[in-house]
Amino acid sequence: MQDFINIGKRIPKMDAEEKVTGKAIYIHDLKIPGMLYGKILYSPHPHARILNIDTTKAETLPGVKAVLTGYNIPTIKFGFYKDNVPLKANKVCSFRDEVAAVAATDPDIAQEALELIKVEYEILPAVFDPEEAMMAGAPLIHEEHVGGKEKKPTNILNLPWRLVSGDVEEARKTSAFVAEDRFKVTWVTHCCLGTSGCVAQFDLKNNLTVYSITQIPSLAQRDYTDALAAMGLQGKKARVIKTMIGGGFGSKLDTYAFEYIAILLAHRTRKPVKIVFSREEEFFATSPRQPAVIDISQGCTKDGRLTFRDIRMILDNGAYTSWGATTPSVMMMPISSLYKVPNVRYVAKCIYTNNTYSQAMRGYGNPQATFAIDSQIDILAEMAGIDPLDFRMRNANTPGEVTPQNFKINTCGLRECIDAVAQKLDWRQNRGRRDGKGLGMASMIHVGGGARVYKSDGCGTIIKIDDFGTVNVITGATDMGQGAETVIAQIVAEALGVRVEDVVVTHTDTDICPWDVGAHASRTTFVAGNSALGAAKKIKHILLEVAAQSMGESPESLDIRDRVIFSKKDPEKKTPLGKALRAAHYTSGGKMIMAEHFYDPANENLDREFKGNLSVTYAYGTHGVEVEVDKETGQVKILKYVAAHDVGRAINPMLLEGQVYGGATMGIGYALTERLILKDGKVMNPNFLDYKMLTSKDVPNIEPLVIETNDQFGPFGAKGIGEPGSVPTAPAIANAIYDAVGVRIRDLPITPEKVLAALQEKKK
Amino acid sequence: MKQMIKFILNGEPVELEIEPHLTLLQLLRDKLELTGTKEGCGMGECGACTVLLDGRTVNSCIFPALEVEGKKVMTIEGLTDAQGNLHPIQKAFVEYGAIQCGFCTPGMVLSAKALLDESPKPTEEEIRHGIAGNLCRCTGYLQIIQAIKAVSEQ
Repeated sequence: MQDFINIGKRIPKMDAEEKVTGKAIYIHDLKIPGMLYGKILYSPHPHARILNIDTTKAETLPGVKAVLTGYNIPTIKFGFYKDNVPLKANKVCSFRDEVAAVAATDPDIAQEALELIKVEYEILPAVFDPEEAMMAGAPLIHEEHVGGKEKKPTNILNLPWRLVSGDVEEARKTSAFVAEDRFKVTWVTHCCLGTSGCVAQFDLKNNLTVYSITQIPSLAQRDYTDALAAMGLQGKKARVIKTMIGGGFGSKLDTYAFEYIAILLAHRTRKPVKIVFSREEEFFATSPRQPAVIDISQGCTKDGRLTFRDIRMILDNGAYTSWGATTPSVMMMPISSLYKVPNVRYVAKCIYTNNTYSQAMRGYGNPQATFAIDSQIDILAEMAGIDPLDFRMRNANTPGEVTPQNFKINTCGLRECIDAVAQKLDWRQNRGRRDGKGLGMASMIHVGGGARVYKSDGCGTIIKIDDFGTVNVITGATDMGQGAETVIAQIVAEALGVRVEDVVVTHTDTDICPWDVGAHASRTTFVAGNSALGAAKKIKHILLEVAAQSMGESPESLDIRDRVIFSKKDPEKKTPLGKALRAAHYTSGGKMIMAEHFYDPANENLDREFKGNLSVTYAYGTHGVEVEVDKETGQVKILKYVAAHDVGRAINPMLLEGQVYGGATMGIGYALTERLILKDGKVMNPNFLDYKMLTSKDVPNIEPLVIETNDQFGPFGAKGIGEPGSVPTAPAIANAIYDAVGVRIRDLPITPEKVLAALQEKKK
Repeated sequence: MKQMIKFILNGEPVELEIEPHLTLLQLLRDKLELTGTKEGCGMGECGACTVLLDGRTVNSCIFPALEVEGKKVMTIEGLTDAQGNLHPIQKAFVEYGAIQCGFCTPGMVLSAKALLDESPKPTEEEIRHGIAGNLCRCTGYLQIIQAIKAVSEQ
């Protein structure tokens, strides 16, 4: 074990004091002189033609500065499929469709103005079930959308997700056991405690600044620049400044209608315009996790070796398209590479409906796919008469493996994770009692070394050091609460031989910070960390060259530790860092100490067959749970929860545990309590009373088990850990319920009603 | 018609005219510019807007501002001492990793204060009960519970 000063330490988040004193400025707290308040009018119907919009009364209300509709703005197309516009003209396709927007001097006036807008609709037939939406004669969500060989109008998106490796049909024939099941997962939503919002502002030359809470500042900047061009403002600049972010979890990986509406209102009024969502809007007008219907079969040999995995999936796309439609690309990861499975086939379709449209949410499709896969692993193990622990061990991935999707598995601590969980739960002793208490486990794979989903998976870092030894790290990374700035500071401090408190991290302004693809795919510690490490190494080299001259040494013979430059041969020969810096600065022909580094990992885009080494390294983990099921009420109580993760190395164990606690808690909600209820396209529970995220009384004591495999490509050996904690939770719990009372629940959430119904069904 | 109210805010007397429909949260955030108190839902369901009224927690987003007449209000801005030193609860939140995005933190800290003022040595069950009205999406609550426990053991 190396002797680190900053790495592996439980260092508090750098912004914690600001947050705990209420001084941190979130988007809700931001006020700019002259600022107006924007509000949005949504559709009262899931599918309707707009016949007329009358805004005259709203426009004359004192305090109203602008009223926009789809008929008086330029066309800005946005979203992954470019099928969405900020304000809808002609027709609305879901309850969250934006129809008009107002900017006023006061939020109450803006609200009153919305109520004065009269819209006439002709109601159209709507479709809410993706399987129905695929049928001939179903209402068309976008009449102009065509697909198939004949280019006919269709609700099926032209996104043919298909991964095939080996021969599934042949493997099915030769398998000793084959399990076939249908699993269903529904909408859940991020529930960021800080609601969505932004402030848009133009300067006199029509350059745009957006105060934002985005997870993708560089990509949002590009989206806004495209919007400026669509507004006839070609060549104008867009700048993104992030305030403190009140929770992300994937919800802020795209740009949304409200941001473009704020931009349009700001341009129309020549004033800064702020839009902040109410909690109700946050529930119905932001994009939840993608729901899916999953038909899965897996087979194994007599001795329990997996032979094939075959999955067909239908995803309810909703009325527009964001990154949710691309979650199949990540679902391919567990489908192809969770446990060793030689033959794989996966086909997924995304279908337009009149429901809300989906987005990324912690795990990006992985929790959905893993629920089906690892629930069925238990089913298959039982068919084969093998303990699910042994079944998993027998099929566990190993270092050096190349998976059917051509992932090159570098370090892999899956066996260690399974073993650690089994020991903690006393698996051999406590499983299979069927007395109302039961054990379950499930595993996961996720990208741990970036993910090349975009043309670049890179991140830039600039470091400068001032005369006093303050190290300014200017990074492309985004901190939405997970602790990116602290981890980056620890990495830089360690590499440079200074302390974390010497490091200041700037990460909030696209005018200052280098490019980064965004805070997604659990990539920030790995990619931004490696970028920061590269810059720190460069600046250290410059520093040692400078010091070598004054110390009469060669740069190679020097090192820095705890703010002191010293000779490795003669440690008594030393100079304080600050002194060396000032000497460099104030000599004739002086020098400022600066360095930059752009790190783009050596991972691959998926090819046309959706194969390729998506990530430089992969993060594995296993969760284990003991539950108690009340046979009278169907209530599931978690008695014990352990979460083992191969993290490469824990740069900051306290922040890492925070990711595991938070991820697993979100996962338990996904498994047991959370569900965005849509009835004919309308969100029926847009509040925290009816949408059941876990409270402090509900969360069990989760025990994180950290497995360090010290990955050769990670910064100080680290891999990503942002998403993994929320991935294997649902199948682990479903498996434990089966062990406790012998019922298998195949659709989430596993509510007491479903458990009770299954128990009654079993009695028959 | 505006109405006059007088109350004690973070130890200092306050006297001002307000619109009678204002909530306590609007008074604090919009009129007095104390933005440390957060609005998470506006419906009294998430606890982000928690402040102390005569030492007890209230959801300021659904509490009429006029009803603080003659009472003592403490917001997160009043918890640090005059020199800006953190209160022991705040220190523990920082040191135990009880803060991620931080949006729930001011309300959570004040709920913890009300709990510890009333019951300085709470059991884990009592801690969980004491903060049950404060939702947090980032932490899974466990490091918050650890932090409060640590303060109670000091």
